[in-house]
Amino acid sequence: MAEVATGAPEAPSSRPLGAPELVSALAKRRRIAIVPALNEEGSIGAVIDEIKAFDPGFEIVVVDDGSIDGTREIARARGVHVLRLPFNLGIGGAVQTGYKFAFERGYELAVQIDADGQHDPRELPAILRPVLAGEVDMAVGSRFAGTKGYRVPFMRRLGTRLFAGVISAIVRQRVTDTTSGFRAVNRRGIRLFAADYPHDYPEVEATVLLIKHRLRLCEVPVAMRERTAGRSSIRVPHSILYMVKVLLAVFVGIFRRTVPLEER
Amino acid sequence: MLELIRSRRLRERYAILWLVTGIVLLALSLWRDGLNTLAGWLGVETYPPSVLFAVASLFILVVLLHYSTVISRLADQNTILAQRLALLEHELEGRGESAAGATPSGPVEDSASDRRA
Repeated sequence: MAEVATGAPEAPSSRPLGAPELVSALAKRRRIAIVPALNEEGSIGAVIDEIKAFDPGFEIVVVDDGSIDGTREIARARGVHVLRLPFNLGIGGAVQTGYKFAFERGYELAVQIDADGQHDPRELPAILRPVLAGEVDMAVGSRFAGTKGYRVPFMRRLGTRLFAGVISAIVRQRVTDTTSGFRAVNRRGIRLFAADYPHDYPEVEATVLLIKHRLRLCEVPVAMRERTAGRSSIRVPHSILYMVKVLLAVFVGIFRRTVPLEER
Repeated sequence: MLELIRSRRLRERYAILWLVTGIVLLALSLWRDGLNTLAGWLGVETYPPSVLFAVASLFILVVLLHYSTVISRLADQNTILAQRLALLEHELEGRGESAAGATPSGPVEDSASDRRA
């Protein structure tokens, strides 16, 4: 990974913004990248650099969910916003902190990118396009939606398929990758997630939450990388219990009262 | 119990719950006829004191359920506080840096313009 401190990569090839309309549409919006991080000192620097290389206009907010390694210092050294949670809130609480930040500071567009390096910022145009075009309120990058290959362990794939089926039925829309944390969200989505974001299994539940609030959602195929550092928080032996718990959480979420949204 | 309330280690509303539990159980233990009558209503004929246990476990269940709701609320509030703390701490740092006229790096300038907006 390149250890370049700020923006402007020399190689012109690493600027695949695609269509010029996308660039101009993007430039009009105040935009922020939310990067939740827990002990990701091995990859956080590269992730920040890659986002800046993709588009220096992206503000970046790293939400440090109680890291005990150098994650925070590395992020600070790159001059990005760092929100330090006093203790570990879990991924949902951390991500929501980022959305609250985005909401309160008036950002119109937010993308969510994992700090472990599995989301490639060069894939951002894919998830940005439907949101910038005003077609949807949230676009999710899916490993499985298209032809771009991603190798997953068998159990993981089974679990993902099962969820995808159930969630698709609930939201009455085809969803293939319910656990993806690679997404682009417009102002309406930011407002919703700032007010209410699920804590237990946020990616899956957030999808249902969004539909419940009648926001529009789509999935786009993206290529994801193997993790460059750290390890997955989901382990195979627990996956069956995990599946049961997620489904329970999702069904509870459907019947739960909705939180009133702040106007701004 | 009274000492716990007096020393502010227990809030009154929980104390009431516990006091009521204690009084009811004590009353039923001492007042055997009442217990027998209650057992009669409930159709317990073989061993009336078992009603005592039933009543006790019912109370305990209610108390536990109540605690679950309290814990859930506290956990939610805790999350909100932690998030607010992180956001305010960040804002404070931004102000400190811009006041000191330190490094004019991106985020500091932006937070200043945010406040104007």
